[in-house]
Amino acid sequence: MSRQLAIIVTLVAGVLMVVSGFIKPTEGWGEDVAEWFNILAAIAFVLGAANIAKVHLSKISARDAGWGFSAITLLAFAVTFAVGIMKVGVNPMPAFPNVAMSGEKDAGGSAFWWVYTYVMSPITATMFSLLAFYVASAAFRAFRAKNTEATLLLVAAFVVLLGRTFAGVVLTGWIPADSDWAFLRFENLSTTIFEVFASAGNRAIIIGIALGVAATSLKIILGIDRSYMGSGD
Amino acid sequence: MSFIDRLDAIDRRWIFAMMACAVAIPIIVIGMTGVRFPEVPGPTSTAAFEAIEALPDGAKVLFSFDFDPASAGELQPMANAFMRHLGQKKAKVYCQTLWAPAPPLIEDTLKKCLLARNPDLVYGVDYLNLGYQAGNEGVMKVITTDYKQSFPTDAKGTRTSEIPMMQGIENTSSFDLIVVVSAGYPGSKEWVQYVVSPTLGKERPIQLVAGVTGVSAPQLVPYFPVQMKGMLAAIKGAAEYEFMVNEVIEAANPGRPLPPAFMEAQRRMAPQLFGHLLMVGLIIVGNTIFFLKRRQSRRGGTMGAAA
Repeated sequence: MSRQLAIIVTLVAGVLMVVSGFIKPTEGWGEDVAEWFNILAAIAFVLGAANIAKVHLSKISARDAGWGFSAITLLAFAVTFAVGIMKVGVNPMPAFPNVAMSGEKDAGGSAFWWVYTYVMSPITATMFSLLAFYVASAAFRAFRAKNTEATLLLVAAFVVLLGRTFAGVVLTGWIPADSDWAFLRFENLSTTIFEVFASAGNRAIIIGIALGVAATSLKIILGIDRSYMGSGD
Repeated sequence: MSFIDRLDAIDRRWIFAMMACAVAIPIIVIGMTGVRFPEVPGPTSTAAFEAIEALPDGAKVLFSFDFDPASAGELQPMANAFMRHLGQKKAKVYCQTLWAPAPPLIEDTLKKCLLARNPDLVYGVDYLNLGYQAGNEGVMKVITTDYKQSFPTDAKGTRTSEIPMMQGIENTSSFDLIVVVSAGYPGSKEWVQYVVSPTLGKERPIQLVAGVTGVSAPQLVPYFPVQMKGMLAAIKGAAEYEFMVNEVIEAANPGRPLPPAFMEAQRRMAPQLFGHLLMVGLIIVGNTIFFLKRRQSRRGGTMGAAA
């Protein structure tokens, strides 16, 4: 019964969104559905938190490989949640000096702000920065002109890597910017690759994705594709 | 084992060390000397600059911070430059985000880039922080018709209907320009699809400029210049735009030096330059090894066949 209800809700919401896009008097219905979606998205945060707790607690209790990381994850989650909701270290707002918790949870100097600034920000930035090292290693070991396609990719990468820095200006700066050969300057070649080849390729991809999304959406709305409800369908 | 074989089997930690040096040494040298490379603004950055430069005084600009600290290294200099330019243009800035980790980034940008140069600005009259709203493109869909429905309060909890700046704001069409700095989903692509595209062909289409990461820029370039009036692509785009904004600010405030924080994007071009040069060098060396070994194996094969 609960699955049938979910299919009916999906059908009604999907059809309303489609109809509201084509028939002007029904625009408001689509807006109501979108507003419901936003409310559900906010509730999903609670479900997400519960899911994190469930997954990692079961991993810890079963002593699975890497359970220590699960313990650290839960500890970090609990500490961040606690200092945020209890507004640890938050000063009262000037307008309400006698109300201890009137300040904002992430005000400068608060515990939540400290966790954000000195724990979360450096950790996430470090994770992102590690890409540079792995890309450099891959450039040496894997980026090789083994065939025509790989050679074309290599040439394009060369032009973009040089054209997106001052090296491009130094190497081809001797070509006058107002001459007929100015297109050969690295910065111009880089822009051409970006605006012509990358743009054309991405347009094709975007059109393909749009068609795929339309087909998949139709399957979901009509109840043919029920994978969003979990396994078994 | 020949030299070529040894080079081919080099421990990748040497490559990591070279990359660390290529990035760290320029950062240290530039920090000590303040030297920067000159920038030649490209077409997408110039278009973004001109879209903001064309705004009248007091224009209403919605600024969406759709990124998190992970991508702040690439995107924060863009957000800073956009905010300084909007402050210079005396625009009314409405900040919001669809990314949960972004609210502290909004506060920081407002404090360092808007209020530091314009301390007389009044909250709720000249600038506003509407904070975070969950719902991704669902929020975008709603704010195209009723902005206050998705943002009933600002980040401080004040009802938006009571804020002076919100008088006259009905939906996204009420803004003269939308600025989006985005790292992924939801981001510039969704803003184009759900907010800008429905207004194309209408009397007053929504104007949008975006700042995006290097990896997402190729996916967004098809939207320039129709759906997006301008785009800053990666730290290079940020440096180009920052260069143009600094020229305008220096011309308007002669004798008032710009703090180093206002040249952050241009300073980051040096580590990018040496990082790219190292990559080019590694690709050349890697391919040289590849071709030498292939020639060796072919010769070996020919000699084996002849024997």
